[in-house]
Amino acid sequence: MAYSEKVIDHYSNPRNIGTLDKSKNNVGTGLVGAPECGDVMRLQIEVDDATGTITDAKFKTFGCGSAIASSSLATEWLKGKSIDDALKIDNMDIVEELALPPVKIHCSVLAEDAIKAAINDYRTKNNLTPIEVH
Amino acid sequence: MLKLPIYLDNNATTPVDPRVLQDMLPYFTDVFGNAASRNHPFGWKAEEAVDYAREQVAQVIGASEKEIIFTSGATESNNLAIKGVYEMYAEKGNHIITLTTEHKAVLDTCKHLEKMGADITYLSVKGDGMIDLDELEAAMKPTTILVSVMFANNEIGVIQPIKEIAAIAHKHGALFHTDATQAVGKVNTDVNEFGIDLLSYTAHKMYGPKGIGALYVRRKNPRVKVTAQMDGGGHERGMRSGTLNVPGIVGFGKACELARLEMNQDAARLSKMRDRLENSLLELEESYLNGNKEHRLPHCTNISFKYVEGEGLMMGVKDIAVSSGSACTSASLEPSYVLKALGLDDELAHSSLRFGLSRFSTDEEIDFAINQTKEAVTKLREMSPLWEMFKEGIDLKSIAWAEH
Repeated sequence: MAYSEKVIDHYSNPRNIGTLDKSKNNVGTGLVGAPECGDVMRLQIEVDDATGTITDAKFKTFGCGSAIASSSLATEWLKGKSIDDALKIDNMDIVEELALPPVKIHCSVLAEDAIKAAINDYRTKNNLTPIEVH
Repeated sequence: MLKLPIYLDNNATTPVDPRVLQDMLPYFTDVFGNAASRNHPFGWKAEEAVDYAREQVAQVIGASEKEIIFTSGATESNNLAIKGVYEMYAEKGNHIITLTTEHKAVLDTCKHLEKMGADITYLSVKGDGMIDLDELEAAMKPTTILVSVMFANNEIGVIQPIKEIAAIAHKHGALFHTDATQAVGKVNTDVNEFGIDLLSYTAHKMYGPKGIGALYVRRKNPRVKVTAQMDGGGHERGMRSGTLNVPGIVGFGKACELARLEMNQDAARLSKMRDRLENSLLELEESYLNGNKEHRLPHCTNISFKYVEGEGLMMGVKDIAVSSGSACTSASLEPSYVLKALGLDDELAHSSLRFGLSRFSTDEEIDFAINQTKEAVTKLREMSPLWEMFKEGIDLKSIAWAEH
């Protein structure tokens, strides 16, 4: 399969790989996917409680190049965004930016799920009602 | 200078040896006759070349030239052997025994016959890929007409106890067929020594051209017959009609001759190289060899790297052409059925690589393959949440994964 240049770039130079301290109250962690399906994404955000801005984002992904690129791109987009704006990230934005082929759309869906799961983890920790996830 | 990418997928196909090509070339242009044309020198010369090649093709498996039926390749040979025996021996019975780890050319042929009324037993294999001889013995019935077990597996290289399998088949009055596609020219496959009644092989796995193969059909003790699956001019003693592929046959013959003469030295050199590759990669934590280590082909290895995803791994080893245990061209990942048959879970089956060396492989290429594979595995693990959990001692099975 031919990968787009942007996928290859994110695969070769992934942004923001790493781990945030999940015990901290202002860190939200989203773990989505399943090993037997061939994709597991863990996406974490650190939120400035005062402003509601995402100050840091990290990921680790077990998956194909497109899954790695989708989560890497997601962390780039998340940094500096408000939680509200982060919720607006749509998987089709990722598909477009990375030029993912149809068989790889599920990677972008997983990245969107990971963002929402991380935000909900943060909200639950801080006694806020979780947003509805499809 | 290394030429990239490096080809290490020689269980899929091999390049044509230049010595083989050299012998083939005249038969496209100067000696282009139809081997079945009996009336002029063009036909006679073609026939002479086919006769010579038939001897070379027979010799590599210790057979007589009268026992060789040329086909388009091993898939056709397997079809002819299994369907041909099923039809020819219908009065005797309808039961065939094979393995779950056979090539699709055998499995799908058996499935086809099942629809026509055949009774097929698919024996599972042990964790190392080997057949359980007691299970085979127990599966034999009075109606068993054929046992078909591959000589060496195409994914893991495991060599089955062919002599013992043939003996069990014969004891119960059944014929024994082996798909020896991966084995001929790599290890000894002497049909008399092993008691083989029918044997499928092909040129393109042993430095010959694609599109030419053969089925060995025993003529003595017992005399075996197969019903033709291709009707026409009655070529190949009526068992396989169709104008003979003379250049292909000449190439197959030369490839068999070279294999016969060079097999031992190739095997000695390649197994050393393979062992070096394998041992280096098994130095990586949580990497596992698939299949029996002792009874196997000398030139290939199949290794799983836990906590690394197969397609991501393939992307990381982009300068070496290898095969993955994962069919990752579709959205639904299907791990190799052979590795699944060994009892591997989906994750390990997905994250496996098959390396197949050839007569033309060099030490420099192996060094490169070792480095690139190690780098890719290490890098992907650094970004794998599963690896991190493993390192923290978390049991991945204890997590409620949200399957999508």
